[in-house]
Amino acid sequence: MGMGSDMYRQQILDHYKNPRNHGELEDPTFTHTGENPTCGDTIQVDVRLEDDGDTIEYVAFSGDGCAISQAAASLLTEELPGKTLEELQAMDRDDMIDMLGVDISPMRIKCAVLAEKVAQDGAKIHTGEIEIETTKTE
Amino acid sequence: MGVQESEPLDVERIREDFPILERRVGGDVESPGEGDGDDTPLIYLDNAATSQTPDQVVDVIADYYRSYNSNVHRGIHSLSQEASVAYEQAHDRVADFVNADGREEVVFTKNTTEAENLVAYAWGLAELGPGDEVVLTEMEHHASLVTWQQIGKRTGADVKYVRVDDEGRLDVDHARELITDDTEMVSVVHVSNTLGTINPVEEIADVAHDHGAYVFVDGAQSVPNRPVDVKAMDADFLAFSGHKMCGPTGIGVLYGKREILEEMQPYLYGGDMIRKVTFEDATWEELPWKFEAGTPNIAQGIALAAACDYLDDLGMDRVETHENQLAAYAYDRLTEHDDVTVYGPPGDERGGLVAFNVDGVHAHDLSSILNDSGIAIRAGDHCTQPLHDKLGTAASARASFYVYNTREEVDALVEAVDEARQLFA
Repeated sequence: MGMGSDMYRQQILDHYKNPRNHGELEDPTFTHTGENPTCGDTIQVDVRLEDDGDTIEYVAFSGDGCAISQAAASLLTEELPGKTLEELQAMDRDDMIDMLGVDISPMRIKCAVLAEKVAQDGAKIHTGEIEIETTKTE
Repeated sequence: MGVQESEPLDVERIREDFPILERRVGGDVESPGEGDGDDTPLIYLDNAATSQTPDQVVDVIADYYRSYNSNVHRGIHSLSQEASVAYEQAHDRVADFVNADGREEVVFTKNTTEAENLVAYAWGLAELGPGDEVVLTEMEHHASLVTWQQIGKRTGADVKYVRVDDEGRLDVDHARELITDDTEMVSVVHVSNTLGTINPVEEIADVAHDHGAYVFVDGAQSVPNRPVDVKAMDADFLAFSGHKMCGPTGIGVLYGKREILEEMQPYLYGGDMIRKVTFEDATWEELPWKFEAGTPNIAQGIALAAACDYLDDLGMDRVETHENQLAAYAYDRLTEHDDVTVYGPPGDERGGLVAFNVDGVHAHDLSSILNDSGIAIRAGDHCTQPLHDKLGTAASARASFYVYNTREEVDALVEAVDEARQLFA
């Protein structure tokens, strides 16, 4: 069994077919979109913060694309609530790969990290650290 | 050529010329050739991106570096003479392959894209201006589309696109409407790298010439796969790439009619392309060297001539028939399922490639899963983003065939697509 099938273990297929927290929030604290032009993956991440303005309360996502990008976004919406924005920014691609629970081939890393990068950039725009229109992973 | 046209290619014998086809793959991409995963025979169906290279061509490259590696043109010594003669004769050989009138009409470039850019910069920037029009097709590769689009922005020339109809064919009536006396250049892809459509380039050239426009034929997907005759199609320019026709990477060809190339100014300046230089001015070398500034890809050029020999030995008529039969078979097998969309015209009307999508399975996921069965296909926009927008999809999977592919490999493709469908069901 090579990487292809390994990459599509049940968890990823489950999150792809039955995405969690899929849709848009009515009252997000911030929202941001991103794309992975080579695959044509698009992701919008909506984040609502708790009253402390720092702790993530709820996350939703929408978009479409390959199974890796969509499953990663779905998993992220379950992972982020309870984390602070600082903890969100501290996440890297290995955290995302751990969450997916499979090896991701080098050509597909950009699919895996899209949602994470969108959430991070969205938070940075919210706190005034950066000014960008959309996030791209290539 | 001494070959019966009806006699099919001896694929089994051809495969012996390509040791890479014996490779096993499908495992850990970070350490190819090692580990448990590399247990699956390679099924290489990514030939429209790059073809494999036969021993006969690899040997020519090795022989160059082992026996007579030297810079061309300026040397008096033996090695330089040998290299110069071989490199120059390679132009003659390539000219013969597409029925051009000798080396003067054959400029070696890096690839098809550079050939497009050479004409766009050397001719387009000099000749185009507001009120002029460049006509492309909606199925152009980015190599042509983006290049003329940008030249249009710089010069003020308008860029127009001939429609592709619902079945993936070029709307020739629309071409007749768009091409007018304001049209200066018509750039048309001969065989679409996405739809597989074989465009009526002779007819388009006639229309262009009736209005005094030049026609540039993108032959990247046609020259490797079928007999191409620049005189029969009356192309003013033709571009193609060595690495899609059994040759190495780093070498491509711009064919241009001699009288047009003579009028054009150089695209790159520097060594090798000059005749006389003073502190004030310079004059240019003869064709084709005027357009080959700097040390060229010598081994690759010589190897391209060897690739032409290899393909002519097989017989380009037979190559065309083989490709078409595989594409038609793949088209029929893939469309057995209603959830598969194959883009472009029916199988018997296409070049040797099939781009498709399976409902509910992204092309990149499909390619990852096929890799597990050792099957190499391409997934993405194939450098035709505007066409994919029109098709309503960001990406497609593409299987493309060459002289060493078999019906059994098409069967393996269809079987692996079935497995992917079940995984995602």
